[in-house]
Amino acid sequence: MAYKRFALLQGNEACVEGAIAAGMRFYSGYPITPSTEIAENSAVRLPQVGGKFIQMEDEIGGIAAAIGASVAGVKAMTATSGPGFSLKQENIGYAAMAEIPLVVVDVQRSGPSTGLPTSPSQGDVMQTRWGTHGDHPIIVVSPSSVQETYNLTVRAFNLSEKYHTPVILMMDEIVGHLREGVELIPAEELEIVNREWWPERERARHPYRMEPGQLVPKMTPFGGGVGYNITGLSHDGEGFPTNSNEKTAELMNRLFDKINKNLDDIVTYEEQNLDDAEIAVVTFGGAARSVMGAIDKARSMGMKVGMFRPITVWPFPEEQVRALAKKVKHILVVEHNNGQLVLEVERLAGGSCPVSLLGRMDGSVIKPDEIVEKLKEVSK
Amino acid sequence: MPSELVYQYFRQAKLPHIWCPGCGHGILMKDVVTAVDNLGLDRGKVCIVSGIGCSSRAAGYMDFDTIHTTHGRAIAFATGIKLANPELTVIVITGDGDASAIGGNHLIHACRRNIDLTVVVFNNNIYGMTGGQYSPTTPTGDFGTTAPYGNIDNSFDLPDLARSAGATYTGRGTAFHVPQTIKLIENGIKNKGLSLIDCMSVCPTYYGRKNKKGSAVDMMKWQRDNAVDYKKAQTMTEEELKGKLIIGEMYHKEMPEYTAEYQKLIERVGGAK
Repeated sequence: MAYKRFALLQGNEACVEGAIAAGMRFYSGYPITPSTEIAENSAVRLPQVGGKFIQMEDEIGGIAAAIGASVAGVKAMTATSGPGFSLKQENIGYAAMAEIPLVVVDVQRSGPSTGLPTSPSQGDVMQTRWGTHGDHPIIVVSPSSVQETYNLTVRAFNLSEKYHTPVILMMDEIVGHLREGVELIPAEELEIVNREWWPERERARHPYRMEPGQLVPKMTPFGGGVGYNITGLSHDGEGFPTNSNEKTAELMNRLFDKINKNLDDIVTYEEQNLDDAEIAVVTFGGAARSVMGAIDKARSMGMKVGMFRPITVWPFPEEQVRALAKKVKHILVVEHNNGQLVLEVERLAGGSCPVSLLGRMDGSVIKPDEIVEKLKEVSK
Repeated sequence: MPSELVYQYFRQAKLPHIWCPGCGHGILMKDVVTAVDNLGLDRGKVCIVSGIGCSSRAAGYMDFDTIHTTHGRAIAFATGIKLANPELTVIVITGDGDASAIGGNHLIHACRRNIDLTVVVFNNNIYGMTGGQYSPTTPTGDFGTTAPYGNIDNSFDLPDLARSAGATYTGRGTAFHVPQTIKLIENGIKNKGLSLIDCMSVCPTYYGRKNKKGSAVDMMKWQRDNAVDYKKAQTMTEEELKGKLIIGEMYHKEMPEYTAEYQKLIERVGGAK
């Protein structure tokens, strides 16, 4: 049965509740630790609300069926972790190219390969950005609490519907298995975005043909009597394959423009204690929980430390980090990997301030005290 | 004078198609629309889902809701479309490599579920789009660019594979046997469950040339002269069947269909609107 408005849930459970509130009525996936509860809860909850759950034969089938359901007009999600996320990459590119709304959840675990299946990691930062082949835009959001998992899952659906693009909800084992109190804000109190399509059939037959100023296609659900084509090949405004370099450039530029021209809408982040900060800690997802504890402690010791946390990891909050680097004396990046987000921070700091890394790839959690020690070291 | 069906069901601006002269795929593509037309289906509710390869370019020419997906994944995409909206008639057009090599897992599991999809395999015994590599249906001993010394792999019998995995309608047609193939596709669409029609195409450009099968016409004459109906084949010895191509309806059984079963599940847990 549905939960009450206030509940004690795991991040993975909150993800499913957020998805259902956002309108998810289709889930297809394959079991994998530590994301399995998302599949299990979807299997329980979806038929209760008239939705469909299917356990596919493999990870690739999991994302393919979800894209199929979305093409039929039903909001769809798939969830996975580590090795499964690697397997889904080709079809993430398909959804980006064919502009199909879709939410893909990656509950990160330690890798590479089978790695440490039950241990935390944030080693997929770059894979979420560049995992599929070829240039492509992508939206990746990353929660650091159970409440935020609920809210961000709703947002992931909204962004995918609004921009007709796959959105990756990049969770990690910490947040996925964390149990916290969460307010399950009902759908009627949330902003829910639904895709649009052209009312007239003749116009709807050319969903990829843009009107002046339009960047996002309007695609009628299959079965709507329109008769149009979708392909992962480079295509023209009519949705048919083309070998034209000109038309390919037009398509590719529009795919990037629809994201890059809407950064104000897409990019979100959290700032804590940055007003007087001399050191900024940049972190995201589950690692932010240790950072918050460390900052409290460091502040009580008189250190002027703050936190900058990208909630939208991709596109990265470039302007904000560039400005931050000019404002503080040092940036420390804390992430559960061998240094991925730090590459972006270094690039944006561009020498304005030194950038250090506190990384970890042994499957353990970086503890607040270790961060405090590192802060002492960099403040010398 | 092209058939009226060509004007009615194909995207005129996209023709002529990209297939080589003599390719059997064009005939098979028309068989599919003829079956749809014969059944009087509401074309607005018909979706064509294809994978990657020569076969899968068919989707772009057919004037329905069409989706050309990723290599091997057409059946998995189709599973999502059908389960999301069971009202739709979902036809998968795929090739021998697309369906049974890279997509083999999706094929057997769709059969196991008995989900109401009609899988039409344009089987040319070769990877055509990439230039003639051996596929899971290239006969043992035949040649391909990646079997330069003869293929030592055993080949799949696709209707057999589908039947043993749980498909409830299977059969085999050919590019030559047009009326029979249309009927098989019609019956496949009518079957409430997973139907697989193995449609033997001809590929004179790669398979034919590599294996000295002659022209496209020669290859179709071979289909005419060597096809044996499934029922008759049951009365023949293994020796008599050597070098023959068994065609016709091979299996039909009524079994619970996946999306209907899921709807019952929804009703059972109180989720029906």
